[in-house]
Amino acid sequence: MLARVPTPDLKLTPLHARHAAAGARLVPFAGWEMPVQYQGVMEEHRAVRGDVGVFDVSHMGEIRTQGTQALEFLQHLTSNDVSRIQIGGAQYGLLCADDGGVLDDLFTYRLDEDVFLTVTNAGNHTADFERFTEVATDFEVELLDAGAFTSMLAVQGPNARALVERLADGSLPARMRSESINVAGVEVFVAGTGYTGEDGVELLMRNEDAVAVWDAVVAAGAMPCGLAARDTLRTEACFHLYGNDLDPSRNPIEAGLGWACKEETDFIGAEAVRQARASGTEEQLVAFKMLAAGIPRPGNPVVGGGTVSSGTFSPTLELGVGMAYLPTAMASIGTEFEIDVRGKQRPAVVCERPLYRKADPSV
Amino acid sequence: MSEASYPKDLLYHQEHDWVRLDPAGEWATFGITWYAQDPLGEVVFYDAPEVGSLLTKDESYAEIESVKAVSDVFAPMSGEVIEVNSAIADDPGVINDDPYGDGWLVKVRLSSVEEKEQLMDSAAYQALLGQ
Repeated sequence: MLARVPTPDLKLTPLHARHAAAGARLVPFAGWEMPVQYQGVMEEHRAVRGDVGVFDVSHMGEIRTQGTQALEFLQHLTSNDVSRIQIGGAQYGLLCADDGGVLDDLFTYRLDEDVFLTVTNAGNHTADFERFTEVATDFEVELLDAGAFTSMLAVQGPNARALVERLADGSLPARMRSESINVAGVEVFVAGTGYTGEDGVELLMRNEDAVAVWDAVVAAGAMPCGLAARDTLRTEACFHLYGNDLDPSRNPIEAGLGWACKEETDFIGAEAVRQARASGTEEQLVAFKMLAAGIPRPGNPVVGGGTVSSGTFSPTLELGVGMAYLPTAMASIGTEFEIDVRGKQRPAVVCERPLYRKADPSV
Repeated sequence: MSEASYPKDLLYHQEHDWVRLDPAGEWATFGITWYAQDPLGEVVFYDAPEVGSLLTKDESYAEIESVKAVSDVFAPMSGEVIEVNSAIADDPGVINDDPYGDGWLVKVRLSSVEEKEQLMDSAAYQALLGQ
Protein backbone atom coordinates (compact mmCIF):
# COMPACT_ATOMS: atom_id res chain seq x y z
CA MET A 1 0.00 0.00 0.00
CA LEU A 2 2.64 2.45 -1.07
CA ALA A 3 1.79 5.87 -2.35
CA ARG A 4 1.47 5.73 -6.11
CA VAL A 5 4.71 6.72 -7.79
CA PRO A 6 4.02 9.13 -10.65
CA THR A 7 5.06 7.58 -13.94
CA PRO A 8 6.03 10.44 -16.24
CA ASP A 9 6.12 8.39 -19.44
CA LEU A 10 2.45 7.36 -19.25
CA LYS A 11 0.24 8.93 -21.89
CA LEU A 12 -2.72 11.00 -20.75
CA THR A 13 -6.03 11.41 -22.52
CA PRO A 14 -7.50 14.90 -23.00
CA LEU A 15 -9.92 14.01 -20.18
CA HIS A 16 -7.24 13.21 -17.61
CA ALA A 17 -7.87 16.38 -15.59
CA ARG A 18 -11.61 15.62 -15.57
CA HIS A 19 -10.93 12.14 -14.16
CA ALA A 20 -8.56 13.45 -11.49
CA ALA A 21 -11.01 16.18 -10.47
CA ALA A 22 -13.81 13.61 -10.19
CA GLY A 23 -11.74 11.60 -7.73
CA ALA A 24 -11.11 8.69 -10.07
CA ARG A 25 -8.53 6.11 -9.10
CA LEU A 26 -5.98 6.35 -11.92
CA VAL A 27 -3.83 3.38 -12.90
CA PRO A 28 -1.31 2.56 -15.63
CA PHE A 29 -2.96 0.63 -18.46
CA ALA A 30 -1.27 -0.27 -21.76
CA GLY A 31 1.01 2.76 -21.51
CA TRP A 32 -1.73 5.17 -20.48
CA GLU A 33 -2.84 6.50 -17.12
CA MET A 34 -6.53 5.64 -17.11
CA PRO A 35 -9.40 5.80 -14.59
CA VAL A 36 -10.07 2.35 -13.16
CA GLN A 37 -13.04 3.56 -11.15
CA TYR A 38 -14.73 6.71 -9.88
CA GLN A 39 -17.16 6.06 -7.02
CA GLY A 40 -17.20 2.29 -7.26
CA VAL A 41 -17.24 -0.48 -9.82
CA MET A 42 -20.57 -1.95 -8.65
CA GLU A 43 -22.38 1.38 -8.92
CA GLU A 44 -20.83 2.08 -12.33
CA HIS A 45 -21.65 -1.39 -13.62
CA ARG A 46 -25.26 -1.06 -12.52
CA ALA A 47 -25.55 2.39 -14.09
CA VAL A 48 -24.67 0.87 -17.47
CA ARG A 49 -27.01 -2.10 -17.03
CA GLY A 50 -29.91 0.05 -15.83
CA ASP A 51 -29.42 3.58 -17.12
CA VAL A 52 -26.38 5.08 -18.84
CA GLY A 53 -22.65 5.36 -18.24
CA VAL A 54 -19.79 7.00 -20.13
CA PHE A 55 -16.26 5.63 -20.53
CA ASP A 56 -13.16 7.45 -21.70
CA VAL A 57 -11.62 4.95 -24.09
CA SER A 58 -9.28 7.41 -25.77
CA HIS A 59 -6.42 4.98 -25.19
CA MET A 60 -7.83 2.89 -28.04
CA GLY A 61 -5.97 3.44 -31.31
CA GLU A 62 -7.31 4.37 -34.73
CA ILE A 63 -5.84 3.66 -38.15
CA ARG A 64 -7.32 5.31 -41.24
CA THR A 65 -6.86 3.45 -44.50
CA GLN A 66 -7.57 5.28 -47.76
CA GLY A 67 -6.88 4.51 -51.38
CA THR A 68 -8.06 2.67 -54.46
CA GLN A 69 -6.95 -0.66 -52.96
CA ALA A 70 -8.08 0.03 -49.40
CA LEU A 71 -10.65 -2.75 -49.55
CA GLU A 72 -8.23 -5.31 -51.04
CA PHE A 73 -5.62 -4.33 -48.46
CA LEU A 74 -7.90 -4.78 -45.45
CA GLN A 75 -9.33 -7.94 -46.95
CA HIS A 76 -5.80 -9.37 -47.05
CA LEU A 77 -4.79 -8.06 -43.63
CA THR A 78 -7.86 -8.77 -41.51
CA SER A 79 -9.90 -11.91 -41.02
CA ASN A 80 -13.47 -10.90 -41.80
CA ASP A 81 -15.03 -10.21 -45.21
CA VAL A 82 -14.40 -6.47 -45.43
CA SER A 83 -16.34 -6.27 -48.73
CA ARG A 84 -19.50 -6.86 -46.74
CA ILE A 85 -19.13 -3.58 -44.84
CA GLN A 86 -21.37 -1.02 -46.47
CA ILE A 87 -20.51 2.68 -46.38
CA GLY A 88 -21.54 3.73 -42.88
CA GLY A 89 -21.22 0.16 -41.62
CA ALA A 90 -19.04 -1.54 -39.03
CA GLN A 91 -17.48 -4.96 -38.63
CA TYR A 92 -15.51 -6.95 -36.05
CA GLY A 93 -12.42 -8.76 -37.29
CA LEU A 94 -9.03 -10.07 -36.29
CA LEU A 95 -5.46 -9.35 -37.22
CA CYS A 96 -3.76 -12.72 -37.51
CA ALA A 97 -0.17 -13.87 -37.87
CA ASP A 98 0.80 -16.30 -40.66
CA ASP A 99 0.23 -19.19 -38.24
CA GLY A 100 -3.27 -17.93 -37.44
CA GLY A 101 -2.31 -16.61 -34.01
CA VAL A 102 -4.34 -13.56 -33.01
CA LEU A 103 -2.33 -10.32 -33.01
CA ASP A 104 -5.27 -8.05 -32.25
CA ASP A 105 -9.03 -7.81 -32.46
CA LEU A 106 -10.39 -4.82 -34.33
CA PHE A 107 -13.47 -2.87 -35.29
CA THR A 108 -13.42 -1.53 -38.83
CA TYR A 109 -15.79 1.20 -40.01
CA ARG A 110 -16.28 2.07 -43.68
CA LEU A 111 -16.38 5.83 -44.01
CA ASP A 112 -16.55 5.92 -47.80
CA GLU A 113 -16.04 3.61 -50.76
CA ASP A 114 -12.24 3.69 -50.34
CA VAL A 115 -11.91 4.98 -46.77
CA PHE A 116 -11.89 2.82 -43.65
CA LEU A 117 -11.22 3.49 -39.97
CA THR A 118 -9.94 0.62 -37.84
CA VAL A 119 -10.02 0.81 -34.04
CA THR A 120 -7.18 -1.06 -32.33
CA ASN A 121 -6.40 -2.04 -28.76
CA ALA A 122 -4.15 0.43 -26.94
CA GLY A 123 -1.51 -2.14 -26.07
CA ASN A 124 -1.28 -3.37 -29.68
CA HIS A 125 -1.70 -0.12 -31.55
CA THR A 126 1.96 0.59 -32.33
CA ALA A 127 2.62 -2.98 -33.49
CA ASP A 128 -0.63 -2.98 -35.48
CA PHE A 129 0.31 0.21 -37.27
CA GLU A 130 3.72 -1.24 -38.09
CA ARG A 131 2.07 -4.35 -39.52
CA PHE A 132 -0.43 -2.28 -41.52
CA THR A 133 2.50 -0.25 -42.87
CA GLU A 134 4.54 -3.33 -43.78
CA VAL A 135 1.69 -5.03 -45.63
CA ALA A 136 0.65 -1.74 -47.30
CA THR A 137 3.79 -1.66 -49.43
CA ASP A 138 2.06 -4.07 -51.83
CA PHE A 139 -1.13 -1.99 -52.13
CA GLU A 140 -2.25 1.41 -53.39
CA VAL A 141 -3.22 2.75 -49.97
CA GLU A 142 -2.37 5.58 -47.64
CA LEU A 143 -2.33 4.94 -43.91
CA LEU A 144 -2.82 7.48 -41.19
CA ASP A 145 -2.15 6.79 -37.52
CA ALA A 146 -5.07 8.74 -36.10
CA GLY A 147 -4.58 7.52 -32.53
CA ALA A 148 -2.57 10.51 -31.39
CA PHE A 149 -5.22 13.09 -32.28
CA THR A 150 -8.44 11.11 -31.83
CA SER A 151 -10.39 10.70 -28.59
CA MET A 152 -13.07 8.12 -28.02
CA LEU A 153 -15.95 7.93 -25.56
CA ALA A 154 -18.32 5.02 -25.12
CA VAL A 155 -21.81 5.97 -23.95
CA GLN A 156 -23.53 2.75 -22.98
CA GLY A 157 -26.73 1.60 -21.34
CA PRO A 158 -30.45 1.36 -22.07
CA ASN A 159 -30.76 5.16 -21.92
CA ALA A 160 -27.51 5.93 -23.78
CA ARG A 161 -29.01 6.56 -27.19
CA ALA A 162 -31.70 8.86 -25.91
CA LEU A 163 -29.14 10.84 -23.94
CA VAL A 164 -26.78 11.33 -26.90
CA GLU A 165 -29.68 12.02 -29.24
CA ARG A 166 -30.73 14.98 -27.06
CA LEU A 167 -27.24 16.45 -27.57
CA ALA A 168 -27.08 15.69 -31.29
CA ASP A 169 -28.33 17.62 -34.29
CA GLY A 170 -29.45 14.47 -36.09
CA SER A 171 -30.72 11.00 -35.44
CA LEU A 172 -28.16 8.40 -34.34
CA PRO A 173 -26.97 5.54 -36.52
CA ALA A 174 -28.49 2.12 -35.84
CA ARG A 175 -26.56 -0.70 -34.23
CA MET A 176 -23.41 -1.55 -36.24
CA ARG A 177 -23.86 1.60 -38.33
CA SER A 178 -21.90 4.86 -38.13
CA GLU A 179 -22.27 8.48 -39.15
CA SER A 180 -20.70 11.90 -38.58
CA ILE A 181 -23.05 14.12 -36.57
CA ASN A 182 -22.75 17.25 -34.48
CA VAL A 183 -22.89 16.34 -30.79
CA ALA A 184 -22.56 19.02 -28.12
CA GLY A 185 -21.70 21.47 -30.89
CA VAL A 186 -18.71 19.58 -32.29
CA GLU A 187 -18.26 17.11 -35.12
CA VAL A 188 -18.40 13.55 -33.80
CA PHE A 189 -18.13 10.22 -35.58
CA VAL A 190 -20.94 8.25 -33.94
CA ALA A 191 -20.94 4.46 -34.14
CA GLY A 192 -23.66 2.10 -32.90
CA THR A 193 -21.12 -0.18 -31.26
CA GLY A 194 -19.92 -0.98 -27.77
CA TYR A 195 -18.26 -3.42 -25.42
CA THR A 196 -20.77 -3.78 -22.60
CA GLY A 197 -23.63 -5.93 -23.88
CA GLU A 198 -25.98 -2.94 -23.68
CA ASP A 199 -27.30 -0.66 -26.36
CA GLY A 200 -25.26 2.46 -26.85
CA VAL A 201 -22.88 4.40 -29.03
CA GLU A 202 -19.19 5.05 -29.34
CA LEU A 203 -18.13 8.60 -30.13
CA LEU A 204 -14.89 9.51 -31.86
CA MET A 205 -13.73 13.12 -32.05
CA ARG A 206 -10.67 15.31 -32.27
CA ASN A 207 -8.75 15.55 -29.00
CA GLU A 208 -9.54 19.25 -28.61
CA ASP A 209 -13.27 18.47 -28.69
CA ALA A 210 -13.24 15.65 -26.14
CA VAL A 211 -13.80 17.77 -23.03
CA ALA A 212 -16.86 19.48 -24.54
CA VAL A 213 -18.47 16.15 -25.42
CA TRP A 214 -17.56 14.52 -22.09
CA ASP A 215 -18.91 17.46 -20.11
CA ALA A 216 -22.17 17.49 -22.08
CA VAL A 217 -22.70 13.76 -21.73
CA VAL A 218 -21.96 13.81 -17.97
CA ALA A 219 -24.14 16.91 -17.45
CA ALA A 220 -26.97 15.11 -19.26
CA GLY A 221 -26.80 12.33 -16.67
CA ALA A 222 -24.32 9.68 -17.76
CA MET A 223 -22.31 8.25 -14.90
CA PRO A 224 -18.52 8.32 -15.48
CA CYS A 225 -17.33 4.71 -15.50
CA GLY A 226 -13.82 3.28 -15.32
CA LEU A 227 -11.94 0.37 -16.76
CA ALA A 228 -12.98 -1.92 -13.89
CA ALA A 229 -16.66 -1.66 -14.81
CA ARG A 230 -15.76 -1.93 -18.50
CA ASP A 231 -14.14 -5.26 -17.69
CA THR A 232 -16.99 -6.67 -15.59
CA LEU A 233 -19.53 -5.58 -18.22
CA ARG A 234 -17.64 -7.10 -21.15
CA THR A 235 -16.99 -10.30 -19.17
CA GLU A 236 -20.73 -10.76 -18.52
CA ALA A 237 -21.32 -10.13 -22.23
CA CYS A 238 -18.48 -12.58 -23.10
CA PHE A 239 -16.59 -10.13 -25.27
CA HIS A 240 -12.94 -11.08 -25.62
CA LEU A 241 -10.25 -8.96 -24.00
CA TYR A 242 -7.00 -8.99 -25.92
CA GLY A 243 -4.18 -10.13 -23.64
CA ASN A 244 -6.58 -12.24 -21.55
CA ASP A 245 -8.74 -14.23 -23.95
CA LEU A 246 -6.72 -13.61 -27.09
CA ASP A 247 -2.99 -13.65 -27.72
CA PRO A 248 -0.59 -14.79 -30.47
CA SER A 249 -0.62 -18.37 -29.14
CA ARG A 250 -4.39 -18.69 -29.67
CA ASN A 251 -6.07 -19.09 -33.04
CA PRO A 252 -9.52 -17.68 -33.76
CA ILE A 253 -11.16 -21.11 -33.83
CA GLU A 254 -10.24 -22.09 -30.28
CA ALA A 255 -11.19 -18.57 -29.17
CA GLY A 256 -14.71 -19.07 -30.55
CA LEU A 257 -14.18 -16.40 -33.20
CA GLY A 258 -14.54 -18.58 -36.27
CA TRP A 259 -17.56 -16.44 -37.19
CA ALA A 260 -15.23 -13.44 -37.68
CA CYS A 261 -12.98 -15.35 -40.10
CA LYS A 262 -13.79 -15.74 -43.78
CA GLU A 263 -11.02 -17.96 -45.12
CA GLU A 264 -12.23 -17.55 -48.70
CA THR A 265 -10.94 -13.96 -48.57
CA ASP A 266 -7.43 -15.44 -48.24
CA PHE A 267 -6.41 -13.18 -45.37
CA ILE A 268 -3.00 -13.59 -43.74
CA GLY A 269 -3.38 -16.66 -41.52
CA ALA A 270 -6.37 -18.03 -43.44
CA GLU A 271 -4.71 -21.36 -44.19
CA ALA A 272 -3.96 -22.01 -40.52
CA VAL A 273 -7.50 -21.00 -39.56
CA ARG A 274 -8.91 -23.31 -42.24
CA GLN A 275 -6.91 -26.20 -40.81
CA ALA A 276 -7.94 -25.46 -37.25
CA ARG A 277 -11.57 -25.25 -38.31
CA ALA A 278 -11.32 -28.58 -40.15
CA SER A 279 -9.37 -30.56 -37.57
CA GLY A 280 -10.61 -28.96 -34.38
CA THR A 281 -8.49 -27.56 -31.57
CA GLU A 282 -7.14 -29.05 -28.35
CA GLU A 283 -8.80 -26.36 -26.26
CA GLN A 284 -11.90 -24.23 -26.58
CA LEU A 285 -12.77 -20.94 -24.95
CA VAL A 286 -15.91 -21.31 -22.83
CA ALA A 287 -17.97 -19.10 -20.57
CA PHE A 288 -18.55 -20.35 -17.05
CA LYS A 289 -20.20 -19.56 -13.74
CA MET A 290 -19.03 -20.64 -10.33
CA LEU A 291 -21.27 -23.18 -8.62
CA ALA A 292 -20.25 -22.09 -5.12
CA ALA A 293 -18.32 -19.35 -3.38
CA GLY A 294 -15.11 -18.05 -4.87
CA ILE A 295 -14.04 -15.61 -7.52
CA PRO A 296 -12.01 -16.93 -10.45
CA ARG A 297 -9.12 -14.80 -11.68
CA PRO A 298 -7.17 -14.75 -14.95
CA GLY A 299 -4.40 -17.35 -14.88
CA ASN A 300 -6.11 -19.70 -12.41
CA PRO A 301 -5.45 -23.27 -13.61
CA VAL A 302 -8.34 -25.60 -14.36
CA VAL A 303 -8.11 -29.01 -12.71
CA GLY A 304 -7.55 -31.56 -15.49
CA GLY A 305 -6.10 -28.98 -17.88
CA GLY A 306 -6.96 -25.53 -19.10
CA THR A 307 -6.72 -21.99 -17.80
CA VAL A 308 -9.03 -19.20 -16.76
CA SER A 309 -8.48 -16.33 -19.21
CA SER A 310 -11.00 -13.87 -17.72
CA GLY A 311 -12.51 -14.06 -14.27
CA THR A 312 -14.29 -11.66 -11.99
CA PHE A 313 -17.18 -11.20 -9.64
CA SER A 314 -20.28 -10.48 -11.74
CA PRO A 315 -22.20 -7.54 -10.28
CA THR A 316 -25.31 -8.53 -12.25
CA LEU A 317 -25.33 -12.25 -11.46
CA GLU A 318 -23.71 -11.73 -8.02
CA LEU A 319 -21.33 -14.65 -8.37
CA GLY A 320 -17.96 -15.49 -9.84
CA VAL A 321 -17.96 -15.78 -13.64
CA GLY A 322 -15.45 -15.84 -16.44
CA MET A 323 -14.08 -17.39 -19.55
CA ALA A 324 -11.60 -20.25 -19.70
CA TYR A 325 -9.73 -22.31 -22.23
CA LEU A 326 -10.75 -25.91 -21.51
CA PRO A 327 -9.73 -29.17 -23.17
CA THR A 328 -12.26 -29.60 -25.96
CA ALA A 329 -13.68 -32.74 -24.33
CA MET A 330 -14.64 -30.61 -21.29
CA ALA A 331 -15.99 -27.67 -23.26
CA SER A 332 -19.63 -28.63 -23.81
CA ILE A 333 -22.34 -26.63 -22.09
CA GLY A 334 -23.29 -28.04 -18.70
CA THR A 335 -19.92 -29.69 -18.04
CA GLU A 336 -18.84 -29.20 -14.46
CA PHE A 337 -15.17 -28.62 -13.67
CA GLU A 338 -12.98 -27.28 -10.91
CA ILE A 339 -10.79 -24.21 -10.87
CA ASP A 340 -7.72 -23.98 -8.67
CA VAL A 341 -8.23 -20.55 -7.10
CA ARG A 342 -5.02 -19.91 -5.16
CA GLY A 343 -4.83 -23.48 -3.92
CA LYS A 344 -8.54 -24.09 -3.35
CA GLN A 345 -10.49 -26.21 -5.82
CA ARG A 346 -13.74 -24.46 -6.57
CA PRO A 347 -16.55 -25.87 -8.75
CA ALA A 348 -17.77 -24.19 -11.93
CA VAL A 349 -19.99 -25.07 -14.89
CA VAL A 350 -19.68 -24.34 -18.62
CA CYS A 351 -22.49 -21.99 -19.68
CA GLU A 352 -23.90 -20.62 -22.88
CA ARG A 353 -22.49 -17.35 -24.12
CA PRO A 354 -23.23 -14.63 -23.27
CA LEU A 355 -23.53 -14.91 -19.51
CA TYR A 356 -25.70 -11.81 -19.55
CA ARG A 357 -28.09 -10.77 -22.32
CA LYS A 358 -29.95 -7.49 -22.23
CA ALA A 359 -33.71 -7.58 -22.22
CA ASP A 360 -35.07 -7.50 -25.75
CA PRO A 361 -37.65 -4.69 -25.92
CA SER A 362 -39.36 -6.37 -28.88
CA VAL A 363 -40.26 -9.49 -26.86
CA MET B 1 -18.44 3.87 2.29
CA SER B 2 -17.41 4.91 5.77
CA GLU B 3 -15.13 7.82 6.75
CA ALA B 4 -11.52 7.18 7.79
CA SER B 5 -11.28 6.39 11.50
CA TYR B 6 -9.04 4.45 13.89
CA PRO B 7 -10.84 3.87 17.22
CA LYS B 8 -8.75 4.39 20.34
CA ASP B 9 -10.00 1.24 22.09
CA LEU B 10 -8.38 -1.06 19.52
CA LEU B 11 -4.86 -2.37 18.94
CA TYR B 12 -3.36 -2.34 15.43
CA HIS B 13 -1.05 -4.55 13.40
CA GLN B 14 1.18 -3.17 10.63
CA GLU B 15 -0.63 -5.28 8.02
CA HIS B 16 -3.71 -3.12 8.68
CA ASP B 17 -5.60 -5.40 11.06
CA TRP B 18 -7.21 -4.43 14.31
CA VAL B 19 -7.70 -6.33 17.59
CA ARG B 20 -10.40 -5.79 20.20
CA LEU B 21 -9.25 -7.59 23.37
CA ASP B 22 -11.81 -8.87 25.83
CA PRO B 23 -11.27 -7.41 29.29
CA ALA B 24 -9.89 -10.67 30.65
CA GLY B 25 -7.43 -10.95 27.77
CA GLU B 26 -8.46 -14.50 26.88
CA TRP B 27 -10.00 -13.89 23.52
CA ALA B 28 -10.15 -11.13 20.95
CA THR B 29 -12.02 -9.97 17.86
CA PHE B 30 -10.06 -9.29 14.65
CA GLY B 31 -10.88 -7.21 11.62
CA ILE B 32 -9.27 -5.03 8.96
CA THR B 33 -8.79 -1.30 9.26
CA TRP B 34 -10.43 1.46 7.31
CA TYR B 35 -7.09 1.97 5.55
CA ALA B 36 -7.08 -1.67 4.40
CA GLN B 37 -10.58 -1.69 2.95
CA ASP B 38 -10.43 1.69 1.23
CA PRO B 39 -8.12 0.89 -1.72
CA LEU B 40 -9.72 -2.53 -2.14
CA GLY B 41 -13.09 -1.04 -3.00
CA GLU B 42 -16.41 -2.74 -2.43
CA VAL B 43 -15.81 -6.12 -0.82
CA VAL B 44 -17.77 -8.91 -2.52
CA PHE B 45 -16.30 -12.05 -0.93
CA TYR B 46 -14.81 -13.01 2.44
CA ASP B 47 -13.08 -16.39 2.34
CA ALA B 48 -13.26 -17.09 6.06
CA PRO B 49 -11.20 -19.60 8.05
CA GLU B 50 -13.00 -22.49 9.70
CA VAL B 51 -13.91 -22.46 13.35
CA GLY B 52 -11.19 -24.39 15.16
CA SER B 53 -8.41 -23.40 12.79
CA LEU B 54 -5.21 -22.12 14.35
CA LEU B 55 -3.91 -18.68 13.46
CA THR B 56 -0.27 -17.66 13.69
CA LYS B 57 0.63 -14.04 14.27
CA ASP B 58 1.78 -12.29 11.06
CA GLU B 59 0.48 -15.08 8.81
CA SER B 60 -2.42 -14.90 6.36
CA TYR B 61 -5.61 -16.52 7.66
CA ALA B 62 -8.28 -15.32 5.24
CA GLU B 63 -8.84 -13.55 1.94
CA ILE B 64 -11.03 -10.61 1.17
CA GLU B 65 -11.93 -9.91 -2.43
CA SER B 66 -13.38 -6.94 -4.21
CA VAL B 67 -14.60 -7.12 -7.78
CA LYS B 68 -11.10 -6.60 -9.16
CA ALA B 69 -8.67 -7.48 -6.35
CA VAL B 70 -7.76 -10.07 -3.75
CA SER B 71 -6.27 -9.14 -0.39
CA ASP B 72 -4.74 -11.44 2.22
CA VAL B 73 -5.76 -10.88 5.82
CA PHE B 74 -2.99 -11.34 8.38
CA ALA B 75 -3.40 -12.52 11.96
CA PRO B 76 -2.43 -9.74 14.37
CA MET B 77 -2.12 -12.33 17.20
CA SER B 78 -2.00 -16.12 17.46
CA GLY B 79 -4.83 -18.36 18.60
CA GLU B 80 -7.76 -20.58 17.70
CA VAL B 81 -10.77 -19.34 15.75
CA ILE B 82 -13.85 -19.70 17.98
CA GLU B 83 -16.31 -17.79 15.81
CA VAL B 84 -16.52 -16.49 12.24
CA ASN B 85 -18.71 -13.58 11.22
CA SER B 86 -21.09 -15.53 9.00
CA ALA B 87 -23.27 -12.47 8.36
CA ILE B 88 -20.59 -11.17 5.99
CA ALA B 89 -21.43 -13.86 3.45
CA ASP B 90 -24.80 -12.22 2.79
CA ASP B 91 -23.50 -8.66 2.88
CA PRO B 92 -19.73 -8.45 2.32
CA GLY B 93 -20.00 -4.68 1.92
CA VAL B 94 -20.38 -4.44 5.69
CA ILE B 95 -16.56 -4.65 5.79
CA ASN B 96 -16.50 -1.31 3.96
CA ASP B 97 -19.42 0.25 5.77
CA ASP B 98 -18.52 -0.71 9.34
CA PRO B 99 -15.00 -2.19 9.45
CA TYR B 100 -14.73 -1.93 13.26
CA GLY B 101 -18.27 -3.04 14.08
CA ASP B 102 -20.49 -5.35 12.05
CA GLY B 103 -17.58 -5.92 9.65
CA TRP B 104 -15.52 -7.89 12.22
CA LEU B 105 -13.99 -11.07 10.77
CA VAL B 106 -13.21 -13.62 13.49
CA LYS B 107 -13.18 -14.17 17.24
CA VAL B 108 -10.07 -15.92 18.46
CA ARG B 109 -9.04 -17.65 21.72
CA LEU B 110 -5.57 -16.22 22.17
CA SER B 111 -2.62 -18.53 22.70
CA SER B 112 -0.09 -15.84 23.58
CA VAL B 113 -1.73 -12.78 25.01
CA GLU B 114 1.68 -11.15 25.49
CA GLU B 115 1.79 -10.68 21.71
CA LYS B 116 -0.35 -7.60 22.32
CA GLU B 117 2.82 -5.81 23.37
CA GLN B 118 3.94 -5.90 19.73
CA LEU B 119 0.80 -4.16 18.48
CA MET B 120 0.23 -0.43 18.08
CA ASP B 121 -2.27 1.91 19.63
CA SER B 122 -4.37 4.17 17.41
CA ALA B 123 -1.89 7.06 17.53
CA ALA B 124 1.08 4.85 16.62
CA TYR B 125 -0.86 3.20 13.81
CA GLN B 126 -1.92 6.54 12.37
CA ALA B 127 1.72 7.66 12.57
CA LEU B 128 2.62 4.55 10.56
CA LEU B 129 0.07 5.57 7.96
CA GLY B 130 1.61 9.03 7.88
CA GLN B 131 -1.61 10.64 9.07
